[in-house]
Amino acid sequence: MLDLLKRPILTVQEFYLLAGQAVRNVIRQPHYGDDISLQMDQIGVGSLPIVVLTGFFSGAVMALQMSRALAQYGQVGKTGEIVAISLVRELGPVLTALLVAGRNSSGIASELGSMKVTEQIDAMRALGTDPIQKLVTPRLVATAVVLPLLTIIADFIGMFGGYMIAVFRLNLTGTQYWSSVWQVLVWDDLAQGLLKPFVFAFVVALVGCFFGLRTTGGTQGVGRATTQAVVAASVLVFVLDFFITQLFVGLNPK
Amino acid sequence: MTPEPAALRFENVFVAFEGEEVLHSVSFAVPAGETRILFGAAGSGKTVALKTALGLVTPDSGRVYVFGQDISRLPERELFDVRSKIGMLFQESALFDSLTIEENVAYPLLNQKSIRCGPEECRRRVREALRFVELEHTLEKFPSELSGGMRRRVAIARAVVTGPPLLLYDSPTAGLDPITANTIITLIVKQRDLSNTTTLIVTHRYQNGNLLANYRYEPQTGRLLRTNGAGRRTAATRFLGFKDGRLILDATQDELDASTDPYVSKFVKHNG
Repeated sequence: MLDLLKRPILTVQEFYLLAGQAVRNVIRQPHYGDDISLQMDQIGVGSLPIVVLTGFFSGAVMALQMSRALAQYGQVGKTGEIVAISLVRELGPVLTALLVAGRNSSGIASELGSMKVTEQIDAMRALGTDPIQKLVTPRLVATAVVLPLLTIIADFIGMFGGYMIAVFRLNLTGTQYWSSVWQVLVWDDLAQGLLKPFVFAFVVALVGCFFGLRTTGGTQGVGRATTQAVVAASVLVFVLDFFITQLFVGLNPK
Repeated sequence: MTPEPAALRFENVFVAFEGEEVLHSVSFAVPAGETRILFGAAGSGKTVALKTALGLVTPDSGRVYVFGQDISRLPERELFDVRSKIGMLFQESALFDSLTIEENVAYPLLNQKSIRCGPEECRRRVREALRFVELEHTLEKFPSELSGGMRRRVAIARAVVTGPPLLLYDSPTAGLDPITANTIITLIVKQRDLSNTTTLIVTHRYQNGNLLANYRYEPQTGRLLRTNGAGRRTAATRFLGFKDGRLILDATQDELDASTDPYVSKFVKHNG
C-alpha cells in the first residue's frame, strides 16, 4: 500500500518543488524579458481567436437555454443577468482556462519534452543556464498575465453573444439587456472572475512545464507527456474552480 | 586527504535511477592534459559517468573532483562556475532548435557568468570557433538546415568556444558515416593537441580510440600523423571499460589489446 502511494506523493512533491523554484525565480536574476514577451505573444495573442469564438458561442447558447427556462416564469428580461453571472463567475474563467490548457499546456509539454529527450535541457544546464529560470518562469509569468486578460475578453464577447440572441431572438432591447447585465454584477463576481484565471494560470503553465521536463522515452514519451499535461491541467482547473467557488460562497453566503 | 591535482577524479561513485544502479563504485583519475577513452556496451554507464563529471547527475555516494574541487554536493547555482571549465559534446549534438548556429555557439559566452564578453568579442570568438570546425559560412542557418555531421561539428564549436581546459565528448561519431566520423575525430585530436586540453571521449569505435592514442595533429598539413607508439600521447591515453555500471578496466592500448576478458576482447575484435 505504501509503495503504491509513494510514486504519486513523490510526483506531487516534485511538482511543488518546481512550482516553488519557478515562483522564487520571478524575483531572482537573470530575468528573461524577451522570453516572457515571446510567450505572451504565443499564449495570449495565439489563443485569442479560439477564446473569442468560444466565448461568443457559449454566451449565445447560455442566452438561448436560459431564456426558455425564464419564459416559464415570464422573466425573459432577466436573460442578461443569468448570462452575465454565469459567464463572469464560471464559464469565462473555466472555458478560457480549458482552452488555453488544451492549446498551451500541451504545447509547453511537447516543446520542453522534445528539448528534454534531445538533451537540450542538459545542454542548457551545461552551458550556464538554469532551465527553470529560462523556460518555466517566463511561461508562468506570461500565462499569469494573459489568462486573466483573455478571460475578460471571453466574458465580454460572451455577453455580446448573449446580446445578439436577446435582441434578434428574444425581442429584448439592447438597453434592457445591457442594463440588467450591468446591475447584476457586483465586485464579488469580478473578484472571483479574475482570481480564478490567475490561479488557473499557475496550473496551465506549471503542469505543462512539469510533464515536459520529466519526459523520458523518446518521441513516444513526448506524446505521453503532452496527453498527461492536458488531462492533469483540465482536471485541476475543475477541482480548483470548486474550491475557489466554495471559498467565495463561504465568504459571502448571500 | 587532499586529492592530487587531477583534472577529473572519481572516488567510489555510486549513481542509481529509481532504485536501479547505473554506476557502481566507479573510481578513476584523469591528470591534466591526458585523454581517456570510455568504452562499453549500451547502458553500461558511460554517458552517466560524463554527466556526473559535469554535475548534471548527482552521485548518491562517493566524490567527484573537477580540478581539485569537490562537486558532488554543490548546489546547482554553484555548479555553473565549475561547468564553465568544462566543454561537453552531447550524443545527438543537443543544439537549440530555435536558435541560429551563431546564437548556438555564442550561447555559453553570453550565459556563463564567469565569462565577460562584449558583442564584438563574442562575434569574433564565435567566428573563430566555427572556423576551427570549418563551418564559418553557416552562421545564419538553423540546426535543422545542417546535416548530422555538420551539426556535430557545430556542437564541437559550441563546446570549445569558451576555451575550457576539460572536454567531454559523448559518442561523437555515433550514427555518422566513416569519412565524417574521421573528420570529427580529427577535430577532437586537433583541439586536444592545439589547446592541450584534458579529453574524455565515449565511443563504440575502437578506431577512434586508436586514432586518439597513436596520432597527433600536424598544424602545417592539417592532418593527423602517427606517433608510432613512442609519442607522449600514447602514454597519456588510457582506455576505461564499463560493464553494467562498473569500471572493469583502466588500461593502455597495449594492455587493452592483450586482455583476455571476453567482454573486452569482443569490443576490440568487433571494432578492430
